[in-house]
Amino acid sequence: MSISALLHQLFQNVLVLLAAPLLLGWINQCRAWLQNRSGPGVLQPFRTLLKLFHKDAVLAHNASALFRATPYILFACMWLAAALVPVIATDMPLSPAVDVIALVGIFALARVFIALAAMDIGTSFGTMGARREMLVGFLAEPALLMVLFTASAISHSTSLITIVETLAHKQFVLYPSMAFAAVAFIMVLLAENARIPVDNPTTHLELTMIHEAMVLEYSARHLALVEWASALKLLAYATIGIALFVPWGIAGIGDWGALPGAMLLMFLKLAIVGAGLALLETLSAKMRIFRVPEFMGTAFLLAVLGLLTHFLLESGA
Amino acid sequence: MFEQFGILPVDIAMGVIVSWLLLGVSGLALKPSYITRYVFPVSAFGSLVLALAGLAGLTETSSAILPFGLPGLPFHLRMDALTSFFLLLLGSASVGISLFSAGYFRNMEKGALALLTLEYHVFMAAMALVFMADDAYLFMVAWESMALSSYFLVTTDHDKLEVRRAGFLYLLIAHVGAIAILMAFGVMQGGHGDYTFDTMRHAHLSPFWASVTFLLALFGFGAKAGVLPLHAWLPEAHPAAPSPVSAMMSGIMLKTAIYGMLRVTFDLLGTQLWWWGVLALTLGLITALFGVIFAAVQEDMKRLLAYSSIENIGLILVGFGLALIFHHFDKDTLAALALTATLYHAVNHAFMKGLLFLGTGSVLHATGERNLARLGGLIHKMPRLALLMLVGALATAGLPPLNGFVSEWLLLQAFLFSPGLPHDYISMLVPIAAAAVALTAALAGYVMVKFYGVIFLGQPRDEKLAQVHDAGIWERIGMTWMAIGCIALGVLPVFVILHLDHVTDMLVHQSLAPSAAKSGWLLLTPINAESASYGPLILLFCIVIGVLLTVSVVKRFYHGRLRRGAAWDCGYPAQTARMQDSAEGFGQPIRHIFTNFVEVVRKLPAPNDLHPHYHAETRDRLWELCYVPIRRLNEAISAQVGKLQHGRIHVYLLYSFLTLLALLAFVK
Repeated sequence: MSISALLHQLFQNVLVLLAAPLLLGWINQCRAWLQNRSGPGVLQPFRTLLKLFHKDAVLAHNASALFRATPYILFACMWLAAALVPVIATDMPLSPAVDVIALVGIFALARVFIALAAMDIGTSFGTMGARREMLVGFLAEPALLMVLFTASAISHSTSLITIVETLAHKQFVLYPSMAFAAVAFIMVLLAENARIPVDNPTTHLELTMIHEAMVLEYSARHLALVEWASALKLLAYATIGIALFVPWGIAGIGDWGALPGAMLLMFLKLAIVGAGLALLETLSAKMRIFRVPEFMGTAFLLAVLGLLTHFLLESGA
Repeated sequence: MFEQFGILPVDIAMGVIVSWLLLGVSGLALKPSYITRYVFPVSAFGSLVLALAGLAGLTETSSAILPFGLPGLPFHLRMDALTSFFLLLLGSASVGISLFSAGYFRNMEKGALALLTLEYHVFMAAMALVFMADDAYLFMVAWESMALSSYFLVTTDHDKLEVRRAGFLYLLIAHVGAIAILMAFGVMQGGHGDYTFDTMRHAHLSPFWASVTFLLALFGFGAKAGVLPLHAWLPEAHPAAPSPVSAMMSGIMLKTAIYGMLRVTFDLLGTQLWWWGVLALTLGLITALFGVIFAAVQEDMKRLLAYSSIENIGLILVGFGLALIFHHFDKDTLAALALTATLYHAVNHAFMKGLLFLGTGSVLHATGERNLARLGGLIHKMPRLALLMLVGALATAGLPPLNGFVSEWLLLQAFLFSPGLPHDYISMLVPIAAAAVALTAALAGYVMVKFYGVIFLGQPRDEKLAQVHDAGIWERIGMTWMAIGCIALGVLPVFVILHLDHVTDMLVHQSLAPSAAKSGWLLLTPINAESASYGPLILLFCIVIGVLLTVSVVKRFYHGRLRRGAAWDCGYPAQTARMQDSAEGFGQPIRHIFTNFVEVVRKLPAPNDLHPHYHAETRDRLWELCYVPIRRLNEAISAQVGKLQHGRIHVYLLYSFLTLLALLAFVK
C-alpha cells in the first residue's frame, strides 16, 4: 500500500461526504426546473443538514439504545460503501477488503439496522415502513447482486477495481448481458433509494411512504445522519452505475496527471445521471405499493437473464 | 498436540464419550441442584476437550478397534480429517449449549431432570460415535441411539398431546430414513458380508449400484437433515423440545446427516456422477427457498427458527451438490471451494442457530410465551439477551462481518467461477441457482428482522411482559460462547479455512491453503487475489472507525441536547401496542407474493359480528401432497390386512396349519 494510494483513499472519503448532498441538491434542482419552479438551489441539502444538526433531539419514551446507535451505524456503512466505489482513480487500498458481494452485504447490513430501528418505537407507521423496506429489499438485493455478478463474470473477478479496469480499458464491445443488467440496475437504483415510482422522497403521505415511514421518529442530529446516509447511498449507487456501465476516463494506478481530468469527467457524469434521474422521476408516477413486488420481480428477472445471457452466449469467447 | 504423551486423538475422544455416559448415569443419583451446578459444566468441559481432540485429529488420522459388539463384529473407530472436523463442530458448539443448560434446567423437578440428563448425554455421545464409526454396524447402532435419545428429549413435556404427536412424527421419519441408510450400506458392501468402511472403500460398484446407493443415502440422510419433502418433522419437533435440545438438534444433529452424505458420497463411493450433483443442488435450492418462505410466515418463534434451519440445510446441500458437479468434471479447485463453503456453513449454522434457539429458551423462561403475537419490547427488560440475540440474528441474516456472510460469500464465489462446464444445461443451471441462493439470502434478512423486531423491539404486546427479568448468568455465559463463535468465525475466515483444508484435501484431493493464505490472514482469497478477496476484519474496523469518528465529531461540534417525548407517528396520539405489526402482519407481503407456495386458510369476520376476529393460518401444501396420500394408502392396506383378523381361534389355527404346510413344501 503506497502513500499516494492512501492519500487518494482519504481524499475520496472526504469527497464523497461533500458530493453526496450536492448530488441530491442537483437532482432536486433539476426536478424543480422540469416542473417550472425556480428551485431552492443545489446547496439546499447542506442547509437542511446544518439546520437539523442545530436542533434539539427529541426521542420517544421507549426508544432503546439500538434506536440511538442506528444513525451512526447507518452513516458509517454508507460512508464506507460510497468510499469504496472507484470514482476518480482505481488506486484504492481499501478495495481488496470489500468486493462486490461484500458491498451488497454492507447495504443489507444498513437496511436491516434501519428496519430494526423503525420497529423499535413500536408505532404503526414505523413497523409498516420496516416491513415495506424489507419487502423492497429482499427483491432488490439479489437483483443488484446479479447485476454485479454479470460484470464480475465478464471481468473474471468480484473486485470492483478489477471490474472497472477491465471494462474501462477493454476494446469497446457491446455485451448483451450488460444491457439487461443496466435496465435492472436502474430499476434497483430507483427502488433502493426510495425514488419515484417506488417511493416518494418528498412526501409524508402517510399510506404510501416507505423510507419516510421508517425515519419518522428521528429528529435533529439523528435525522441529519440518516438523511446524509441516504444521500451517500444514492451517490454510491450512482457511482456503481457509472463504474459498471460508463467507466471510461477513470485514472489508473499511480497516474496523478490524469486525476484532475478524471475528476472533472466524474462530476460531468454525475450531473448527467442526476439530470436523468430527475427526468425519470418527473415522467413517471408513483405506483401502488402492491405493484412494487412486480416491479422488483421484473428487475430481478432481467438481472438473472443478463447473467444467463453471459453464461450461455459470452462465456465461450 | 497430544502425541508426546503417547495418546492418540481417538483415545481422547473415546475418553470424552465414556465420561459423558458416566455423567449422564450420575444424574440418576444426584440432587437436582448438583446436576445443574456440576454435571452440565463438567460436560461442557468434556465438549471442549473433544473439540481439541478434533482439532488435533485434523492433521493425523488415528483409529481403534473396540472389543465390544457381536462376536466377530468388533466396533471399528477411526478419526480422519472429516470425522475430526465434525467432532470439532460437535465439541465447540456443545460447550455453549451445555453451559446454557446448567442455568436453563435449574427449576426442573428431580425425576424429569435426571432422565433428561441421561438422555442429553447419551445423545451427545451417540452423535460423537456416529462421526467416529468406521463400520456400518457401529454406525447404525450409534445412529439409532441418537434417534432414540433425541426422541425422548423431544418428548420431555410428554404430558402435552402435541408434544407426543411431534415426537411420534419425528421417530417415524427418522426410522424411515434409517432403513434407507441401512439399505445403502447393504448395497455398498457389495456381497462381501464385511461391513467395515474400509471394505466399502475398496468395493468398486458399477455406476448403477453406485447411483442406487447415492439415492438411498440421499433419502436416508435427507430425512434426518430435513430435506424436502422429508422436512415435516422439523417444524414440529423443534418447538416441542426444550430449547437447549432444539439448539443441539438444529445446530449439531442435522449436521450428522451432512456428515453421512459427505462420507458416503466422497469417501466410501469411489466414483461420483454429475447428475447426483444436479439432483442435490436442485433439492437444496427447493429446500432453501421453501424453508425461508415458510420461516417468514410463522408466528411461533421456535417454529420460525426450525424453518430457517431447513433453509440453511438447503444451502448446505447446494454447496454439496455443486462440489459433486465440479468434482466430476475435474474442476477440483472449484470443488474444494464449494466443499469449503459447505463445511463452513455447517459450522456457522451450528453456532448461529444454536445461539438463537438458546435465546428463545431464555425468552420462554422469562415470559412463558412462544407466540410472537404476545411478545415485544424485550430489549428494555432483557438488554443483555437482546444484544446477544442481535449478534445471532445478524449472523443468520448473512450480514458482514459476521459468520453467515462468509459461507454465503464462498458459495457465491463457487457459482461465479463455474463457467466452462461441459453441459449447456448445467451451465444454465448455475446462474439460476446463484440467483435462487441470493434470493434466499435476502429473504433470510427479512425473516431475521421479523424475528428480532417482533420479539425484542417495539412495545410489549402483553401486560405480563412488564415483569420479566434478564436471563441468568449460566444462560448468558453459554450464549456468549456461541456469540463469540459467530464473531470469530466471521472475522477470521482464513484460520478457519486453513483447518477446513485438511477435509477438502481428503475428500476432493485439492487444498485451498496455498492461495487462501497467500495474502496474509487479513484477506480471504480463496482462488487468487485478483479474482476475489474479502477482509472482514478490515471491514469491521472501517465501520467501527466510521462510527467512532461520526460520534466524536457530532458530539464535539454539537450541543448534544436530548429530550424525551411521546412518539410522533404522524401526530396520531392514541397509539397502543396492538397497532404495531403482528408477526402475521409482518409476514403478509411474503404470503401475498408466494401465494402458490403457501396455503392460507383465512377466517374473516361476518359483517354484523360484534367481536370481529380475523385469523389467517398458513399451511404446508406438501403435507397434503406427500403425507396424506401415504397415510391413506397405509390405512387402505391395513384395512385389507385387517380382514384376516377375525378373532376366532379356529381360523387362526387354520392359518398356522397352512403356514406349516407351505414351509414344509418349501423346505423339501
